[in-house]
Amino acid sequence: MKIGIVVFPGSNCDHDAWYAVSQNLQQQAEFVWHESASLGNLDAVILPGGFSYGDYLRCGAIAKFSPVMAAVKRFAAEGGLVLGVCNGFQVLTEAGLLPGALVRNDNLKFVCRPVELEVATTNSPFTHEAKKGQRLIIPIAHGEGCYVAQERVLDELEDTDRVALRYIDNPNGSLRNIAGVLNEERNVMGMMPHPERVADPLMGGTDGLLILQSLAHAGAVSSRS
Amino acid sequence: MSTSQITPDIVAAHQLSPDEYQKILSLLGREPSLTELGIFSVMWSEHCSYKSTRVHLKKLPTESAHVLQGPGENAGIIDIGDGIAIAFKIESHNHPSFIEPFQGAATGVGGILRDIFTMGARPIAVMDSIRFGRLDDPETGARNRRILEGVVSGIAHYGNCFGVPTVGGECVFEKSYEGNPLVNVFALGVFKHNEVFYGKAEGVGNPVIYVGAKTGRDGIHGASMASAEFTEESKQKRPNVQVGDPFMEKLLLEACLEAMKTGAIVGIQDMGAAGLTSSTCEMGSRAGTGVEIDLAQVPQREVGMTPYEMMLSESQERMLLVAAKGRESEVLNVFKKWGLDATQIGVVTNDGMLRVKNHGVVFAEIPNRALADEAPKYNRPYTKPLRTAPLEGAAPASKDLTADLKALLSSGDLCSKRWIWEQYDYQVRTNTLAGPGAEAAIVRIKGTDTSVAMSLDGNGRYCALDPREGTKLIVAECCRNLSTVGALPIATTNNLNFGNPERPEIMAQIVESIEGLAEVCKFFEVPVTGGNVSLYNETLGTPIVPTPVVGIVGTLPTQLPVPLHFHKAGLPVILLGGLGAPSASEMGGTQYTKVIQDSLWGTPPKLDMEYEKRVQTTIRELVRAGAVASAHDLGEGGLALAIAECSFGHAAIGADIRLDSDLPKELLLFHEGPSRILVTTENPENVLAAAQRNSIQVVAIGVTLEARVTIRNRNETLIDSPVEQLKGLWAHALEHLLQNPVLV
Repeated sequence: MKIGIVVFPGSNCDHDAWYAVSQNLQQQAEFVWHESASLGNLDAVILPGGFSYGDYLRCGAIAKFSPVMAAVKRFAAEGGLVLGVCNGFQVLTEAGLLPGALVRNDNLKFVCRPVELEVATTNSPFTHEAKKGQRLIIPIAHGEGCYVAQERVLDELEDTDRVALRYIDNPNGSLRNIAGVLNEERNVMGMMPHPERVADPLMGGTDGLLILQSLAHAGAVSSRS
Repeated sequence: MSTSQITPDIVAAHQLSPDEYQKILSLLGREPSLTELGIFSVMWSEHCSYKSTRVHLKKLPTESAHVLQGPGENAGIIDIGDGIAIAFKIESHNHPSFIEPFQGAATGVGGILRDIFTMGARPIAVMDSIRFGRLDDPETGARNRRILEGVVSGIAHYGNCFGVPTVGGECVFEKSYEGNPLVNVFALGVFKHNEVFYGKAEGVGNPVIYVGAKTGRDGIHGASMASAEFTEESKQKRPNVQVGDPFMEKLLLEACLEAMKTGAIVGIQDMGAAGLTSSTCEMGSRAGTGVEIDLAQVPQREVGMTPYEMMLSESQERMLLVAAKGRESEVLNVFKKWGLDATQIGVVTNDGMLRVKNHGVVFAEIPNRALADEAPKYNRPYTKPLRTAPLEGAAPASKDLTADLKALLSSGDLCSKRWIWEQYDYQVRTNTLAGPGAEAAIVRIKGTDTSVAMSLDGNGRYCALDPREGTKLIVAECCRNLSTVGALPIATTNNLNFGNPERPEIMAQIVESIEGLAEVCKFFEVPVTGGNVSLYNETLGTPIVPTPVVGIVGTLPTQLPVPLHFHKAGLPVILLGGLGAPSASEMGGTQYTKVIQDSLWGTPPKLDMEYEKRVQTTIRELVRAGAVASAHDLGEGGLALAIAECSFGHAAIGADIRLDSDLPKELLLFHEGPSRILVTTENPENVLAAAQRNSIQVVAIGVTLEARVTIRNRNETLIDSPVEQLKGLWAHALEHLLQNPVLV
């Protein structure tokens, strides 16, 4: 299992994701530079947190034009597994791989705190090792994590079981308490909480490892050639 | 060379004294050009030259088996074993943060981060010590709140985007800081022994390369602004405050560390205060070489800048490096990859001169040593430390001790600072074993079994009463914080925040504080490897209380940290070090006296260093052996506050405390005598035996209890409250102060 971690200028959770995958998950991890036009022979790709291109203009708005995002889009279209965390989630919505958008937190402040989440669906490569309704504690660290979308999009997400994670105590004003969503094909997920930060018992929890393990095991059995 | 007419007014406008100007004339053997005068004015400013304190800073201990690099470089370096070293330092940005809180604080973070990674270390932790006027002050409260909000969001903006966790710090409110807030930022980085870089322009003929942001007119004369008192005109100085770009700094970090790996970099230094000036002359001075640059090659953000403006610009996110001749392209390619400007602007020479040209025309030609090493050094006269507080004060006479405890828990200094630290990303890099709100911050060093603990502390009240003893207490407290999490303290950095050193009674505060620091750091074997001095912290002639801020680092084996909180009912509660025997005058500097009596008098608590060391040895042994279930040292607010804080964990476990003491009850509960640590344990006999072995007092004072805190002395109930009530007040006090300031 080889998991790529995209490095945009300004990514700052790339090393954390690398460490969680290689040391805690015990899988192969490889950095992918933002100018790469191809992803090579990866089994899955993670878009990590940070401030890609400084997040000037809008979070993720510039990253979507990078060469690597064209490759990520192709990878996703071929069924490859793509996980966007925090800024990575923002990039995925900007790039049109996921619906909706992430806007400024309702209290207008950056917030770093462990939050309680509910696994809203287990029908995904990112959550299949959890139980439906299971509570996870995973930290958030963002200033623009308020998930918004049109009513009909939100309805559709719920009708098609594509809300993956919900906040128990909404920390940022996200509509319908959404913390993570899936694309239509269910091979792309974005989430604001940081699973890589709770993948090690020393970090005060291992609930994030459940997401990463689901990804690793799904990637190992996926039939992508 | 352009001829200039330097009048006494021009000299004075550069904050150079007539004597200093005479020294310039004799060093140059001629009249300086305006550009040269500007260069001298920043290099000889208090901020850059430490001219008032150098003679005293020499008294500090700077060496130990752990110290790889002491003061004089961009940051101190400490060996932590396994071939790994840490670099750490503290820096103030007090004056800019008052003028423009957001950018002032943000660029304070940016500056200290560059000090760390210019040495080759990757920053892995930041802490902040911030001080403001009182949030509930009827006259200045609104401004104090605005400055606090600006400073916190500035620190958050820069640190979060850069990707360094802000893992701890302190925040204090005192009338004395309302016209002169303090923003001191500590940063720590990690690298291997063989990855250390120095700011030396070695190798005649080697190219001098400029990298990073373009130069603009921002921050001109920032260093000399930081070396003057605030006056009514200071508000006009807003353009002197620099503007930070943390994204640019993040790219600079990655590019510099990658470029260093090429082996083609000879020396490197960040452009901090006085930008191009300090980096060129200091790198030349350290290497005993000259540096010649042509400003026409410098990437510029604005047109029509004069050499004077470019040499004095403090535009952020810039570095100067010297590459090995012939290997320039290896370095330049890395910066190109990261999308950064990198241009050769000059060359290392053999004549020891800083030579500044613009389009080939020489605008300044000064011996590097004259700027960096020949700066004036003053042994300023000093008398007795300024002290306005009386020696005697009203003895406390509490009507309701539970109400007093609630008032303390709701006070700005002692309440939860969650509102602040939740705005900081304290976890990025996934090393934070203990973050804000913990006894001491702990970050693990990946790839080793070692973690680094750090604590940052100050106490202006103690130092106002006695700068020498106050400073000793601060160092003891920091070391105690580290020992309480099981760490061995190994080195110190310090930020000395004082008023105008030209006033003998202020200079006396500085001297007393430095001598106290020297004595206590020697005793606890925590040498001072660097730091910062911030003087002229006065507004309209009123100085701040003397405020040395101390950051101490230590090491411990990587493991889950011992909790601060009680987490199980029914465990014995033991006070290591004993209840203490304070005299009445030791109450005058406490938080109790500040919050309940709104006064300051008397003397700081007494410190017995030998005893303190034994208490610290005891707790370190116990924590490392896993013999305690929780540990928390007693500090401000004394025993009662520590017991309350221990009960604020998720489990809301309080305690039933039964004391047996002749002390007046206010002293018993709230005196701040050092050398005391509160622990709970499954095995009290181990704790008692360790205390006995180390010849320290130990008292079993009670047992943990669900949901309630009660403290009795003999038959009298002193404190009785549900945990949730106390915790609610403590947890929400800061938001309450910010949103609904109570006007008194």
